[in-house]
Amino acid sequence: MFDTLQDRLSQTFKSLRGKTKLTEADIDATTREIRIALLEADVNLGVVKEFIANVRERCQGLELSQALNPAQQIIKIVNEELIAILGGDTRTIRFAKTPPTVIMLAGLQGAGKTTLAGKLAHWLKSEGHSPLLVAADLQRPNAVNQLQVVGQRAGVHVHAPEPGNGVGNPVQVAHSGIEVARQRLYDVVIVDTAGRLGIDAELMQQAADIKAAVNPDEVLFVVDAMIGQDAVNTALAFQEGVGFDGVVLTKLDGDARGGAALSIAKVIGKPIMFASSGEGLKDFDVFHPERMASRILDMGDMLTLIEQAEKTFDQEQSKLAAEKLLAGKGQFTLGDFLQQMQQMRKMGPLSKIFGMLPGMGAMKDQIANIDEKEIDRVEAIIYSMTPAERADVTILNGSRRARIAKGAGVQVSEVNQLVTRFVEARKMMQSMAGGMMGGGMPGMPGMHGMGGGAQRPKKTQAKKGKGARKGQSGNPAKRAQTAQQRPAAADPAQAFGGNAQPTEAEMQKAMADFQLPPQLQQMLNQQTKGPR
Amino acid sequence: MTDDLIFWIIVVLLLAAGLAAYLVVKRAQELPPAEEPGQLPQQPGKVPAEPEAEPGLEVPEAAGSRLARLRRRLANSNNALARGLADLLSSDRIDQDTWDDFEATLISSDLGVGPSTELVTTLRRELSIEGVADPVKARDVLRRELVTLVNPNLDRTVNTTGADGRPGVVLVVGVNGTGKTTTVGKLARVLVAEGRTVLLGAADTFRAAAAEQLTTWGERVGVETVRGDEGADPASVAFNAVDRGVQEGVDVVLVDTAGRLHTKTGLMDELGKVKRVIERKAPVTEVLLVLDATTGQNGLTQARIFAEVVDVTGIVLTKLDGSAKGGIVVQVQRELGVPVKLIGLGEGVDDLAPFDTDGFVAGILGE
Repeated sequence: MFDTLQDRLSQTFKSLRGKTKLTEADIDATTREIRIALLEADVNLGVVKEFIANVRERCQGLELSQALNPAQQIIKIVNEELIAILGGDTRTIRFAKTPPTVIMLAGLQGAGKTTLAGKLAHWLKSEGHSPLLVAADLQRPNAVNQLQVVGQRAGVHVHAPEPGNGVGNPVQVAHSGIEVARQRLYDVVIVDTAGRLGIDAELMQQAADIKAAVNPDEVLFVVDAMIGQDAVNTALAFQEGVGFDGVVLTKLDGDARGGAALSIAKVIGKPIMFASSGEGLKDFDVFHPERMASRILDMGDMLTLIEQAEKTFDQEQSKLAAEKLLAGKGQFTLGDFLQQMQQMRKMGPLSKIFGMLPGMGAMKDQIANIDEKEIDRVEAIIYSMTPAERADVTILNGSRRARIAKGAGVQVSEVNQLVTRFVEARKMMQSMAGGMMGGGMPGMPGMHGMGGGAQRPKKTQAKKGKGARKGQSGNPAKRAQTAQQRPAAADPAQAFGGNAQPTEAEMQKAMADFQLPPQLQQMLNQQTKGPR
Repeated sequence: MTDDLIFWIIVVLLLAAGLAAYLVVKRAQELPPAEEPGQLPQQPGKVPAEPEAEPGLEVPEAAGSRLARLRRRLANSNNALARGLADLLSSDRIDQDTWDDFEATLISSDLGVGPSTELVTTLRRELSIEGVADPVKARDVLRRELVTLVNPNLDRTVNTTGADGRPGVVLVVGVNGTGKTTTVGKLARVLVAEGRTVLLGAADTFRAAAAEQLTTWGERVGVETVRGDEGADPASVAFNAVDRGVQEGVDVVLVDTAGRLHTKTGLMDELGKVKRVIERKAPVTEVLLVLDATTGQNGLTQARIFAEVVDVTGIVLTKLDGSAKGGIVVQVQRELGVPVKLIGLGEGVDDLAPFDTDGFVAGILGE
């Protein structure tokens, strides 16, 4: 069962891998798969057709490059097309020359407007603005109330002169909200309107009236990432009825992957400005088309991951831990494991983090099933050990294990399991790290750069073909490692000249090839087939 | 800086992969076989029956007129499928392109690629046997196939009758923003219209003002709402509601839960707990999953995961009054065998109706 575009396309390309030529039949097969994948990801049919036509045209006119294998070429094309549709560039709020800047939210019921209003206000506040929320949703029972609570959580004032529940005139409320903002010097006004259906002419007129009354600088169309084929109809109806300047995609933390985003961006041509992914006020970000495209293409969302890691990880500690890991033979202790695990947890729910790893698409189910409490238990067990035991698991004899189990409130078998798993995981991490180092491991084709040339001629070709950019991103991986390990070695940076810091796009290219090492994948596959 | 960036990638990858392996593997090993879904007593409820008295403050609408409205609404909205069918039948020679277009139209109603392809194949075969010449016949064939897809033989009554004098308990679940609270409110009205005593449980302690929203619904028809503090354990609120329902001897307790994305394991566990805890007081007679008609293929994943956690017994399809057709329920029903029991038709307080296969199909066909 392929439930996301990402899985589907990677499956398609798997069968394409290893071919040196792209025949007409290949193109047919590929485009067919892409079509189904896009449709199952809820991309609008018309958009799919156009997309496929573009991809096909580019595939046919394609000079088969010596450097890239066909799969990579198609990935590149699809990726570029996706980015082109998703907006190509990002844009944030345009602020009015004379405050207040007025932002109006519109959308279907249950798209997440009120929640988003809070998030937007929170974000604006953190950017140094003073936003005012205006409760113009007088339709749904207690929407006003909800906005007040949300405003309170975000630490933002709420203008709510009417109690709602069908009482009051939203146009007047919106209008008076602007007045209040002007008098009290709020520089941004966010007008939350009632959810409405595209076909409800009366409510559409009301939204248009609100718009006319407040003359917003930005009208944001809030849309649920889970929406199906109807996305385009709805967006068109709102575009005609109210007119909007930007799109906000909500509920991106689910596993529906924005087919709607593609459709709306393509058909309406308005940029997707924000992405909202979670229930907390902070689960809100500027929309990144490149990231969305790479997520769709099973490249994982490494940049977000790295960004978060940089924010939360203690650099020194992690460096130390990585060095220990590379030093091999029991240097990486349970204590280090605990430390790293805790830091990783700070980045958010583990399922979310793992989901961002490239190549994890196949293991989505297991990832979603990860129980955070499991980690609590692991922590408890490790905490119940003495420092000496944490440093060297081999000294754990029966009586020590019994004591630890008692201390952590678990069965001895769980302690045993932890130890075995830890040793296994360590071994695996070491071999992965070793693979990156020596270049002999087939595990990380994308990461070992030029080192693996001998074993993987095709990949090496790819490296050369993409030229300096490719080498740049592939190689530093090795360089970082080499630098740590053998500081005396010649500076590998010479290999690619005084390069600048890799850009986002380049980084992503490097990630494109990355896959989980086979042994890990094998291990996971094995296990999941077993006891379940 | 470059060094650092790459270094981070490696550290993060290693750790994440290692930890993932650790957890996934461990979990996979430990996971007990999935629990057998509990057998729920399948006594036919009385929801679609004729409402008579109105003990509340407002008078809910009769079910009959609701159905008529459903048909009208479904038929009203600009109907691509009906047009597609008309095109199909009016063309002199039906070639591959015509069929592709027709399949595309089916897909546009969120029916999904699989069912759409199947439907087209069947239709092609049937039409080649019976001859295409007669548009009426072709329409009949299509209707028959659609009805088969929707399966009229499933039991679609909402089971609200509890055993041994205990109240029937209806648990309403779903992802965020599908209209759970609204559905609970509307369902309460239906039950009140039937002259049954109802108690609401506001186990959505997460979303701001969700309990108030439900209370407002209840007050309109004179139904009480049991609520907890914001942020309270939803299971405890649900337990209290059912407990009070048992003590006061009400007929039905409706429990509203917080919207949760099916991908959030922690929240799904919480939902499982809500159900488990309720069942200490009285068995849950009906678990309704609320699906938004605009939902695309993700609806299937949602339904599957919710069904795993709380054993969904029925589906409520909301927001069917828009341009979306809710074709996803066909797939959900086919895959999970969970029937659609109720449909939400709009913003009006009485816009909740029992699902009617023929009406739904007729609506899709624009009749």
